[in-house]
Amino acid sequence: MTRSLVTRMMVGAGLAGIGAATIGNVRQSTGAWTPAELATLRSLSLRSLEPLGADASNRYAGNVQAAALGRDLFFDTRLSGNGKVSCATCHVATRDFQDGKPLADGVGRTARRTMPIAGTAHSPWLFWDGRTDSQWAQALGPLESAVEHGGTRAQYAHIVAEQYRAQYETVFGRLPDLTTVPRHAGPVADSTARVAWDRMPAEAQEQISRVYANIGKAIAAYERRIEPGVSRFDRYVDVELAGAPHTPESALTRDEESGLRLFIGRARCVTCHNGARLTDDHFHNTGVPLPAVTLPADSGRAVGGRQVVSGEFNCTSRYSDAKPEDCEELRFAVTSGPELIRAYKTPSLRNVSNRAPYMHAGQIASLDGVIGHYAAAPAAPFGRSELVPVRLSPNERHQLIAFLGTLSGPIAVPPGYDKAGVPRP
Amino acid sequence: MHSPHTSRSWRRAPARSAFAMAAVSALAMGCGNLRADAPSPDIQTVKASTHHLYRASVRPDVTPIPVRRLQRWTLHLETIDGRSVDTATVTMDGGMPQHGHGLPTSPRVTRALGNGDHLVEGVKFNMGGWWVVRFAIASSAGTDTVTFNLGL
Repeated sequence: MTRSLVTRMMVGAGLAGIGAATIGNVRQSTGAWTPAELATLRSLSLRSLEPLGADASNRYAGNVQAAALGRDLFFDTRLSGNGKVSCATCHVATRDFQDGKPLADGVGRTARRTMPIAGTAHSPWLFWDGRTDSQWAQALGPLESAVEHGGTRAQYAHIVAEQYRAQYETVFGRLPDLTTVPRHAGPVADSTARVAWDRMPAEAQEQISRVYANIGKAIAAYERRIEPGVSRFDRYVDVELAGAPHTPESALTRDEESGLRLFIGRARCVTCHNGARLTDDHFHNTGVPLPAVTLPADSGRAVGGRQVVSGEFNCTSRYSDAKPEDCEELRFAVTSGPELIRAYKTPSLRNVSNRAPYMHAGQIASLDGVIGHYAAAPAAPFGRSELVPVRLSPNERHQLIAFLGTLSGPIAVPPGYDKAGVPRP
Repeated sequence: MHSPHTSRSWRRAPARSAFAMAAVSALAMGCGNLRADAPSPDIQTVKASTHHLYRASVRPDVTPIPVRRLQRWTLHLETIDGRSVDTATVTMDGGMPQHGHGLPTSPRVTRALGNGDHLVEGVKFNMGGWWVVRFAIASSAGTDTVTFNLGL
């Protein structure tokens, strides 16, 4: 993009922020948005969130008893190598199901930032690199990661048999006989557990892996009920679409409104942060700097794309309940090409203000830093950044940050959970 | 399909094409409006192929074409003199010339439906703006390409 184009675009944006008048304490919609802009606002609001369809790969996704089991497993620290780590250790229910750390800490330190959970059931790809294609397959990755839960699938099968047998068998049917199954065995990094796994008969391995897959399916049945809740931005859009006066609960300040206008306009955030979850569910190299600490080389989707198509628990796997034709995202996935190098999934922006630090390894500490990064559009450490520079004044950066704050809201509370999404005792 | 060479070709397109430059200007004038990203000319869904061997048309299964949702298209092929083409090898690629990236999926023509119709599966667009999709067609009538522009 040339400088002259940028200049012309800035002139066009000079009208931002004059879209509402204040009458008493309540701002009045003045119809300042064009019909096309209103359509864009509507597309970003929760009223456009697509209904959550069935997960063909998980026939238990809508099963309430599976969700209850999944909820219990999610918070159970016994599902770890040291007895201290649960899913909730990093996906902290009271913090939008994330941990606020640059890199997650399980039994060791990981190489990635914890992602929030709300709304992920809508996403075709999970993890920053999309290396799994369902919530249930995602849940299984950390459980056998040496630095996250640090356990093995045989261990988890034993725990389910000992602690959750009735719950499990009500949903999934009879557990296999575990009498001869080692306590710790799985295709994991730990050599002792791996050797134990390799010595198991193939049939026993398959039985244990099926229990393991069902653990993931139960956790997914719980997680898919965690949805984004209504934010002030959503209420604002409702009122704008109705052409009605704003209430204090729906009004945006002038800065917030100007930030919204930049977001869908000249700053072009909406290009990738589109739809009601404010993500295009795709992968982009945006030239994010290398982490301050030395981590293993990370090529993002270039690796994740290959991993998902060969994934042990993907949509077309023997543990999936889907027919191959149901797995369209996987069948037509892009799995090679330079665009995938160091490309990471566009994160949802819902609750983004409450979720520092940012980027896939928490490289940027503040939203101001993030916006500064996108404005400057530096070259990527490797691969090719898709960004082009955008000139933003300090006030415009402030306005964008103000707008992003309006995307905060509680998670949608499933029945039986408190307002933070924690199951009631 | 979706090879490195394909991706680079989409990146070069704006610099070579007067049409593309017009679209860039339209973008600059219309910021804030996703639909303004669409190029103004040449958004027909019935097109002659580059060397006029074929006439092709596309019909999405959902209109208006949605963003972020997988869709199926029907590609209709006939020779330029109007004979249906049922036996052909067809590949599809595309991208966003202004953004320099390809399609988010690898769509494929999966079967012939008869009467010159061919089913295209795995079509997806992950953002609004100007998209270009191109079919490479090989049949007994010869090898050619046909390109469609989309404004989402």
